[in-house]
Amino acid sequence: MKRYALNLHPNTFVRYQNRNLFSLYQWSTLKCLLNIVCDNTGLTPIHIRGQKQDMATTIEVKRKNGAIEAALANDASGRPRIEKRGRPFDDFMRYLLLACGTISVLTTLGIVWVLGSEALAFFTSVNDQGNVFSTVLGNLGNFLTGTQWQPGAGLFGIWPLLEATLMTSFMAMLVAVPLGLGAAVYLSEYASQRTRSTLKPVLEVLAGIPTVVYGYFAITFMTPLLQGVFGRDTVQFYNTASAGLVMGIMILPTIASMSEDALTAVPRALREASYGLGATKFETISKVVIPAGLSGILAAAIVGISRAVGETMIVALAAGAGPRFSFPPDFFVAAETMTGHIARISGGDLSYGSIDYQSLFAIGLALFIFTLLLNMLSRYVTNRFREAYQ
Amino acid sequence: MTSMTLGSGATAIDLKHVKVFYSDKLAVDDVSIPIYKNKITAFIGPSGCGKSTVLRAINRMNDLIPGARVEGEINYHGKNLYGKEVDPVEVRRRIGMVFQKPNPFPKSIYDNVAYGPRLLGVTDKRTLDEIVERSIKGSFLWDEVKGDLKKSGLALSGGQQQRLCIARTIAIEPDVILMDEPCSALDPIATQAIEELMKELVKSYTIVIVTHNMQQAQRVSDFTAFYSIRKAEETGGQERRWGVLGEFAPTEQLFSNPKSEETERYIRGEFG
Amino acid sequence: MATMSTARERVKDEAKFTAGLRNRHLRGQIWMRFFQAAILLGLLALITLMFNVVNRVYGLTAVRDAVPVSTFSDRPLEELNASELAGILVAQLPSGGRVLVRDSLIGQENYNNNREAPLSQLIQGVTLPDDVGALTLAQLQPENTQVIFENAFTPEDMRLTIITDIVGREVLESWTWSESLFNRAAIDEKVASTADWEGAQLEWRSWLNFSFLTSRMTTVASESGVRAALLGSLLTIFLTVVVAFPLGVGTAIYLQEYSTGDHWFERLIETNIRNLAGVPSIIYGLLGLAIFVRALEGITQGRTIISAALTMALLILPVIIINAQEALRAVPPSIREASFGLGATKWQTVFRSVLPAAMPGILTGTILGMSRAIGETAPLIVIGASTFIANDPTLASRFTVLPIQIYNWTKDPREGFSEIAAATIVLLLIVLLLFNATAIILRQRFRRSLSA
Repeated sequence: MKRYALNLHPNTFVRYQNRNLFSLYQWSTLKCLLNIVCDNTGLTPIHIRGQKQDMATTIEVKRKNGAIEAALANDASGRPRIEKRGRPFDDFMRYLLLACGTISVLTTLGIVWVLGSEALAFFTSVNDQGNVFSTVLGNLGNFLTGTQWQPGAGLFGIWPLLEATLMTSFMAMLVAVPLGLGAAVYLSEYASQRTRSTLKPVLEVLAGIPTVVYGYFAITFMTPLLQGVFGRDTVQFYNTASAGLVMGIMILPTIASMSEDALTAVPRALREASYGLGATKFETISKVVIPAGLSGILAAAIVGISRAVGETMIVALAAGAGPRFSFPPDFFVAAETMTGHIARISGGDLSYGSIDYQSLFAIGLALFIFTLLLNMLSRYVTNRFREAYQ
Repeated sequence: MTSMTLGSGATAIDLKHVKVFYSDKLAVDDVSIPIYKNKITAFIGPSGCGKSTVLRAINRMNDLIPGARVEGEINYHGKNLYGKEVDPVEVRRRIGMVFQKPNPFPKSIYDNVAYGPRLLGVTDKRTLDEIVERSIKGSFLWDEVKGDLKKSGLALSGGQQQRLCIARTIAIEPDVILMDEPCSALDPIATQAIEELMKELVKSYTIVIVTHNMQQAQRVSDFTAFYSIRKAEETGGQERRWGVLGEFAPTEQLFSNPKSEETERYIRGEFG
Repeated sequence: MATMSTARERVKDEAKFTAGLRNRHLRGQIWMRFFQAAILLGLLALITLMFNVVNRVYGLTAVRDAVPVSTFSDRPLEELNASELAGILVAQLPSGGRVLVRDSLIGQENYNNNREAPLSQLIQGVTLPDDVGALTLAQLQPENTQVIFENAFTPEDMRLTIITDIVGREVLESWTWSESLFNRAAIDEKVASTADWEGAQLEWRSWLNFSFLTSRMTTVASESGVRAALLGSLLTIFLTVVVAFPLGVGTAIYLQEYSTGDHWFERLIETNIRNLAGVPSIIYGLLGLAIFVRALEGITQGRTIISAALTMALLILPVIIINAQEALRAVPPSIREASFGLGATKWQTVFRSVLPAAMPGILTGTILGMSRAIGETAPLIVIGASTFIANDPTLASRFTVLPIQIYNWTKDPREGFSEIAAATIVLLLIVLLLFNATAIILRQRFRRSLSA
């Protein structure tokens, strides 16, 4: 059958035995609607007649199972039936769809339960302190304040891992925030429409590259580069600087694109007001546009931090293995982040239920809470920003 | 008689054969009028006649629209504003603008007014305080906000916001203030306040106002320029529209004794 | 009054203004250069990244054979048939190849259960002559192995085994494309003068080639292939989409078409999805490890593609939902009204009118989710992807995928593995490019169909 789905005239009629049954009003999904009509009336479309471009068109239909009379049936007193009737299939579909939505809630519950229960098992069993309550409290205290992570010696202090995470994230933000914001300002304020439409896809490509590829880049390019600049004696092969810098490149597109959205959302009227008062372009950008979009930019930076904290592959490849706490922080020596540690330990042969296994979930829980708070903060900041312009 | 009335007073800005194009499409054709010093000049005309376009050409606001181009001369103190050596920033600092919708920055009232002076390099707190106070007083807003200059400019009512924008403009001491339908978003009481303010401001500034409201033009302006629309059929059945200057005269004369029939029909309210 | 006029003068100070303006413009110029530099640096990073990878895929390689093929065969291996290859294996391997037979059986359940079983039971899917099939592994003699090799191995397999186990091919060093081009003399010099490298051969080599795609993994970089990982990736993605697509689209339809946002549970789903989108992928790995690998081991068989795909499905669910919601939101209300106006029920309207109109947008979002899933590594490391898989994967076997191979080979310090990691990266990027090209085409179609 030929399809005339798009160009039918509003006065298209559905005909049955030379009677016009329906006039189809609006046109882009004729075929789908026709099916609905036929389902409800028990008809089968035979063919669609008419000129493709214009004019009233007729759709001939034939009876299916003689059901049209039933569908248009009147009640006993001869009035058309309009009372409610049960639609079990519709209700069923509604609940099926709701069930799909529930999966996502179950995922969150699953994450919380898995991390929580294994972490609890970890905290109740590391070092026994008499009763359960003081054991959990004591172990939690050691976990949150300890500066040594040596499973062999029963020492599980998160600070060596946390320090490395903070160091790589800090390094990443050092690259991603100024460059991302700069790129956003250039795209939204300076670039012509054509430049923008070529540069934005490039940023999207950068954002779509798998992080393991960035890890490869860190090891094969950034680390040798750093060693070349600062000397092999200063820069170890595995180091947080290289991982952090490359992570910054990875996050740059996220920050650039979110900031650009925030900048473009600043009303034109504000820019004009500033120009009207004799401001230069840069003054308008720095004193009006950026302050007005600041909460959006802030939200972008927070999302960036959250991604840096949760990033695994770059640090697993380039930052090094083995938790190490150092004060003051040294960016040129190897250190292991929270994610890097989880990846390394779980990649080996790990027996379920061991302390090592459980400790990973304790780290995971800390990571989950940390990133969740950051993401909620980011959304809060964005919502505040929306209100300001209403 | 007309030439005598027109000739009186010094000219602040002189438009000569101004044409404005938007990406090569003619928007306004051949406008030549003088803007007299310390007078209020009103631009009136139907929607799409280009009155706002001409206004925005006077302080080079059209530069910000990609593809906009101005031909002809706009002379200001004997210099063409569209000359090669002219800096649009300089132009806008001397020819200020108040917009159709009040557009205060999302900053405090104080920072809104101090914005311009700070750009000009005024950093001294006391000087800034003085400028802010004088400007807000100058726009008759002082009594309403004096206790609370730290309040956000967005928290004011529409009429107050517009007066804040005027205060912000006079804080940089321009020669000329351009007003693009400054009352169109305001209620009648706020409108009246702005009109009174304009009559006060014109003692020290030259004002050009675009208005949709003929009564307003009659009430406040000394001179009025009427713009109208020309149409032409293009090949392919497309209609091309552009604005032209219909008539320029002292306000009283233009409204009481219009020279062209088109102006007369417009002021009688027959189209627009 | 005096101070007033000073303030006025300060603002009207023309000389100062003109001098200041020059500085203001200069400052603007400098900052504009900075903004420009920021975007150029981003661009430069992308180019460097790509070049750095491609540069390692092609270049000079020094390879040495411990026992050159010519010592046991007068023809190159590619020209030999199956029985000749089997003959070489029997003749050249110590113990006549029994070790090789045993190695290929290790890990199989039958063999683990009963090492004394006759070979016909151990080697499945292959018909052996009765006398050989009745033997146990311990009874196997060199004269019998020939038959087993011929029947159980492909010629390609045997060639690879000859090269790794008999020839002992070794990658001594490989150089990048740019080094090979601009530093040829130093490379020649090194190959000629290094004492240990006697017999080394220098050749141009593209690490990404057809046999790299089709051959199995070996311990020698130059002969290793990515077949198992490529199949693993495709299988995982396929299963991931099969699970995630209906769930994601169903959720999106519920939220967009049915939910009013008034009920607390509907709001919970909505907020929850936004939060899930920000959870680090490694956390999903921990979830998969505890639930799919451990708790549901009976269903998923532990560290298998099924577990991996279920984990990935949960990971990309928010991406699919958010994009599908976007696509449904873009369907004009008039289409829904027209459908209701014809007496359609809610479900008919959704399924017959709204969903077809939104489908290209939904598919685009799904492809975005697939792009994310095919490059994800961390969760698969956590749920235990294997490092060395020689055989083709099935849904319930241990597995590896492309990004896992990139990770393993990047870490591998032996010569040549960094290069095959680069080749795998190029392969992965090509797959991603195909995905994205499809997404772009779909998006354009979508725009056209809505504007028509």
